[in-house]
Amino acid sequence: MPGFTVSFHPEDRFFAFLRTVGEISCREGRLSGIPVAVKDNISTAGIETTCASRILEGYIPPYDATVVERLKNEGAAIAGKTNMDEFGMGTTTENSAFGPTRNPVDPSRVPGGSSGGSAAAIAAGLVPLALGTDTGGSIRCPAAFCGIVGLKPTYGRVSRYGLIAYANSLEQIGPMAANVTDANLLMGVIAGHDPRDSTSLDFPYLHTPDPEIRGMRIGVPEEFFGEGVDPRVASVVWEGISLLERKGAEIVTCRMPSMAYALAAYYVTCTSEASSNLARFDGVRYGPPADTKKTWHESFQERRRDGFGEEVRRRIMLGTFTLSSGYYGKYYAKAQAARNQVRADFERLFREVDVLAGPTMPTVAFKFGEKSDPLSMYLSDILTVPANLAGVPAISVPCGRVEGLPVGLQIMGRWMEDERVVDVGYAFEQGVSR
Amino acid sequence: MTDTTKVSRPTGDGISFSEKKGTDIQNHTETANVGMNRDFSDDEVIIGLEIHCQLDTRTKLFCGCSTDYRDDSPNTHVCPICLGLPGSLPRMNKKAIEYALRVGKALNCTILEESEFSRKNYFYPDLNKGFQITQYDKPLAVKGHLDIEGDDGEKRVRITRVHVEEDPGRLVHKGGVDRAKYTLVDYNRAGIPLIEIVTEPDFRSPKEARRFLNKLRATLEYLGVFDSEKEGSLRVDANISIQPKGWFDRFGKGKEDRGRVEVKNISSYKGVEKALTFEVTRQKNSLRRGQKLESATRHFVEARGVTTASRSKEMEQDYRYFPEPDLRPLRVSDWADRIVIPELPDARKTRFIEDYCLSPTHAATLTGDWQIAEFYDNLPNDLKTSTATATWVADTLLGELNYRDMTIRGVPLSHFKELLLIRQSGEITEKGAVEVLRSLLDQQKERGTCELPWECIERLGLKVLGCAAPGGKDPVTSAAEEAIAENPQAVADFCKGRSEALNFLVGQVMKKTRGCAKPADVNRVLTGILSRGE
Ligand SMILES: [Zn+2]
Repeated sequence: MPGFTVSFHPEDRFFAFLRTVGEISCREGRLSGIPVAVKDNISTAGIETTCASRILEGYIPPYDATVVERLKNEGAAIAGKTNMDEFGMGTTTENSAFGPTRNPVDPSRVPGGSSGGSAAAIAAGLVPLALGTDTGGSIRCPAAFCGIVGLKPTYGRVSRYGLIAYANSLEQIGPMAANVTDANLLMGVIAGHDPRDSTSLDFPYLHTPDPEIRGMRIGVPEEFFGEGVDPRVASVVWEGISLLERKGAEIVTCRMPSMAYALAAYYVTCTSEASSNLARFDGVRYGPPADTKKTWHESFQERRRDGFGEEVRRRIMLGTFTLSSGYYGKYYAKAQAARNQVRADFERLFREVDVLAGPTMPTVAFKFGEKSDPLSMYLSDILTVPANLAGVPAISVPCGRVEGLPVGLQIMGRWMEDERVVDVGYAFEQGVSR
Repeated sequence: MTDTTKVSRPTGDGISFSEKKGTDIQNHTETANVGMNRDFSDDEVIIGLEIHCQLDTRTKLFCGCSTDYRDDSPNTHVCPICLGLPGSLPRMNKKAIEYALRVGKALNCTILEESEFSRKNYFYPDLNKGFQITQYDKPLAVKGHLDIEGDDGEKRVRITRVHVEEDPGRLVHKGGVDRAKYTLVDYNRAGIPLIEIVTEPDFRSPKEARRFLNKLRATLEYLGVFDSEKEGSLRVDANISIQPKGWFDRFGKGKEDRGRVEVKNISSYKGVEKALTFEVTRQKNSLRRGQKLESATRHFVEARGVTTASRSKEMEQDYRYFPEPDLRPLRVSDWADRIVIPELPDARKTRFIEDYCLSPTHAATLTGDWQIAEFYDNLPNDLKTSTATATWVADTLLGELNYRDMTIRGVPLSHFKELLLIRQSGEITEKGAVEVLRSLLDQQKERGTCELPWECIERLGLKVLGCAAPGGKDPVTSAAEEAIAENPQAVADFCKGRSEALNFLVGQVMKKTRGCAKPADVNRVLTGILSRGE
């Protein structure tokens, strides 16, 4: 197969990239020579992959994640690794051990997170396509804050092989792009069955976006416009929803009572899984050689204390606690029960409506340091976590602005109906641009 | 009773240790009968086992790496999955599940409709992911049994559960654990499939536990899922306590009167009996001294044949189990129904008794090991139906192997089959056959190969000496004539009708023919010559 080389030397003013690959050799394919940015928690053979954590500094994976393999097979140029909240734990990209990414729309504000680098790279026009990962909104939040498109696929639709796990049962790799058409193209390349991921499902994604939504029933849960949602954001999103109505969709307001436990269920689940996933970073295999004068206990405690950032340590401690004997039943088991309720709520609603719509984030992008206490930061994930808990697809598309800052419209669909949420996003995009 | 009471090892080799914390190990031998003021006839020993066996699959449990790592350099049988590299995911080896299902079925277990893998979280350098993928509250198989020869006849041992898990890596200490300045880790073993088999506390003596293990090993080898010869392929933890008689049956597990000791780190069949026997003695001695038996974890030190107290920290370990999110639950009960179990030791024993007319003892011995059973089964029909053959294999062959600390594996069985055939044909004597066997085994043990039986017979000159028709010249006749010529007194005695004289002459001939003549021939030839000479 004939190959060629692409140069990538971006002027990265917003610190979207942790590292870039100057000269990239590619082959022919659907993405021939298109630079694609890859979030730094996705393994790239021969390219340092750190999850924006000190503890993985210098780690060069010997293998490509399945999605990276698929990108390369289609001729994409892996342009570089994008900044993120350390191990995906955050909503602003401020938790990167290597410094925050700035929002290209307003550099005094965060780009959202945790896939903030990927979103900023697109918003700044450095690359047309990027991969993000979404555990509780990490693709959709930065997409909304930076004014781009981000899709969290159905759980199992995109292989997680090579994605450095934060919360295995919640997260998916997904496409980020400036528009729905490009996001759809990237989704077509990365989706599909992978025998190396036991949770991967055999549903190929072969789709051309269709803007026809006449007769579609769109549910709007009241809870998505509840307390904590900035009224200005709410009104921009409502305007967006009425645009969909004008295009022939039927708008139905509905309720999603399980939203009351969704956030708690999410944080218990993701911290529990994270506490276990991150146990492998004990100083034996990653990072500089251990000090052989110290005992095993001393050296691994020291490595973990110094190598992980504050938020990561907080979540490891929370997860260790929620899995402890005597607390498992009170926390982890309860969280799984709550998760089933969220799933049941979605199933019930999706018997009556085709998709659900609402804001992606309760507010516009924060100023740096604005969310200084962890709890108020966690609360901003309230509208994105339900889709992860239930494993259903959700897209965020740009939907107007509040004082010049982008607002995202979120469309959530039935399990395995990623195509439909893409169609609604596409219809909306077409409606706005006309 | 003084507070410096010591207990000696049951083997009485002079090493003893103090039960009191902080005191040093001291040499003290005369303590076996300290304070015999309690009656122990009312106590019984309660033992339960937890057995880990490596499944003999070609590849590891969650990746395609080869399991044949034993003679290879460290960290050469590894990949992103079994190294637990960030981002790698486990992928279930179906063969391992099939093997485990065979075990579950052979042990008469119920295969759960849905079983699940869980993470057992703990930090240890040999554990590359910081957790072990194992099964917790939904194991593959539960509630089975295996019948063994108990101390009081046939005994049904209940199996609590059978589950699948991954083996961790291995720590290596260059120059030994005490001398090494650092620890190296070899992940070649990481991800080898293990099954854990847990029994109910149904054993009442270390011997029963040992017998169970032998039966289990045979069963696993009959199933073709386990190779007991591979170093480290078996690891056993044992629970042991001494309870007032009947107490355990009345109140059950968890309600014992006295504390239960868990002995970890036993890695051989002989070790199990040794460790348990040591514990029985140790606990009985503690009771004698009026001490309370506390629940504890102890480690078996194979080289010294003793168990030593572990730090209590290990018992407080909280493994924070939760379901493995990267694997789907297993639904394999239908598959299990379709799996056909081969003939197992008990069935084969019955067949040997019925088809080959063997005694139950011989049949039990010959079917107690898959390789031996196969060997025996493949002998020609007239051979395997003869008691002499059964005796020869079950007693002579196995006895000689045992004497040399050898096993049937690595021994060229075709040679022994040939030897049996030669022996049956009468071309060598019984004594000669044993001599050949010993020589072949010695060679095998020393060099890993051995001569063909015929070569050995020729070399040792053990071929039975031919004996021509009366009057002919052959080695037996020549030897007989020599003996007669050399022993006129004995000839004279014989002529006077003293039959002992003939025995003496036979002995002389046997000596001259170095045992290679058949006694019957010697007898016939001698009487022939003597009666002619009269
Ligand atoms: Zn491997």
